[in-house]
Amino acid sequence: MLEVRDLVVRYGQATALDGVSLKVGRGEMVALIGPNGAGKTTLLNAISGLLKPARGDYRLHGRVAQVPEGRQLFSDMTVDDNLRLGAWKAPNRDCRRVYDLFPPLLSLRRRRAGTLSGGEQQMVAVGRALMAQPDLLAVDELSLGLAPMIVDNLAEHVRRLSHDTGMAVLLVEQNARLALDLCRRAYVLEAGKIVASGPSPDLAQSAAMRAAYLGGAMDEVLPVPRGPTKPASSGGKDTGKEAS
Amino acid sequence: MRLFLQYASSGIATGCTFALVATGFVAIYRVTRVVNFAQGTFAVVGGMTAFTLLGHGLPHFLAEALAVVTAALVGLLVGAAAIGKRGTPPLASLIITLGIGIGTYAVLILVFGDQPVSFEELKGTATIAGVTMPLQFALVVVVTATCFAALTLFFNWTYLGKALTACSSNPHAARLVGIDTTRMGLVSFALGGVLGGLAGVLLTPLQPVSFDSDVGLAINGFAAAVFGGILRPVTALVGALVLGAAEALVAGYWRASFQSGVALAVMLALMVWQASRRQIVEEGTA
Repeated sequence: MLEVRDLVVRYGQATALDGVSLKVGRGEMVALIGPNGAGKTTLLNAISGLLKPARGDYRLHGRVAQVPEGRQLFSDMTVDDNLRLGAWKAPNRDCRRVYDLFPPLLSLRRRRAGTLSGGEQQMVAVGRALMAQPDLLAVDELSLGLAPMIVDNLAEHVRRLSHDTGMAVLLVEQNARLALDLCRRAYVLEAGKIVASGPSPDLAQSAAMRAAYLGGAMDEVLPVPRGPTKPASSGGKDTGKEAS
Repeated sequence: MRLFLQYASSGIATGCTFALVATGFVAIYRVTRVVNFAQGTFAVVGGMTAFTLLGHGLPHFLAEALAVVTAALVGLLVGAAAIGKRGTPPLASLIITLGIGIGTYAVLILVFGDQPVSFEELKGTATIAGVTMPLQFALVVVVTATCFAALTLFFNWTYLGKALTACSSNPHAARLVGIDTTRMGLVSFALGGVLGGLAGVLLTPLQPVSFDSDVGLAINGFAAAVFGGILRPVTALVGALVLGAAEALVAGYWRASFQSGVALAVMLALMVWQASRRQIVEEGTA
């Protein structure tokens, strides 16, 4: 469905992505884990066509839709308008399938999106992306700022949809535990490079992964890396090297 | 009292043309965050084109319609120059529109000459609530009201209108769902051209328009637009009507040369009052 090969993205002098390759198959859910500033969002924006890569390319069969970090709703427009605009590039603007998926939104459809709770807003963000009838759904930080129960519920919806329709999902998360639970495979991105990849259970077992992302037993020995927020930083590089 | 109402009705007619110019500012600013200082130029182009076409024997309405289309095309060209290249900062675009607005003087003089032009207004009078006014005033009011109704429908009920609003609400998200924000910006510039052109076509019979009439129009329109934060067309309409009425009353009872100064002073006082009120609300909720 998606094949990224040796992708390089630069912001002026800074290199945000330094030769990233990854694959997501049809109906597959793949996680992309990494600290702040590793280049995860840059990768999503590149495959969404918002950024031009300096080198390398990606092949995408069909449409991609993104659930951006921080929701990025049209906050002064209604829920209904938000959903309908999600279908700008798609043939069908009927929002019923999203309301079927997230029934709570139906009674909120005339409310302005900015007045909803965080969980409801995330539903709108996911729903808006689904309106594009994507073949690949790229989700950026689904869990950010939401209660665990709400996150589980949303993730379950996405998982079921992927299973039922064959939609591929690329899940970008700082919450590594959630990502590894949800996806069969995962990549770890640090400072613009893929430093580890493989089946989620294997990664979850890796000592370095446990220390760096899962808050495991080595917590006190190796601090959880907190990279700076700028792209192409060296945040978390040391622990990452060990993970690979 | 009769005199007052006559001044006021004339002021409201001029105010309506300010409102159209102001809405042009708003339409472009909402989508692109660019203050388009060539907005007055669109009106001048509209008025002068209509005058020329009428001179060539084209019938009314057709000449005016073609003039508005011309203004829309000029709007599109200005838009292409100001925001056509992606990533142009709004401030740079603003300077480009200002430059075009002034540079156009030469073109306007070459094409239309340097004399003020005017064409015959709609003949006849209308009497509304005991006030007799030229039919042209009624025409201006009706066209402006229709325009505002059409714009409201366009922005609230059509998919394209919603996409334009989306660009204003969250440009990043608009690009994410696949909306071409540059193209939407060009649409808004064309819309600004239509609104400016309409203002020019309606205004030229009321007061002669020359190549440099854009400054007065732009200042009045901009003042009205700023009254609504350059974002709300309806507030801009209220501001424009206040300005127009104030100008006509000052000119009628006092001196015509004071009209712009006094009107803008009234506007400034209103804005200061508005701003001071806002601050109190914020302190109250904090």
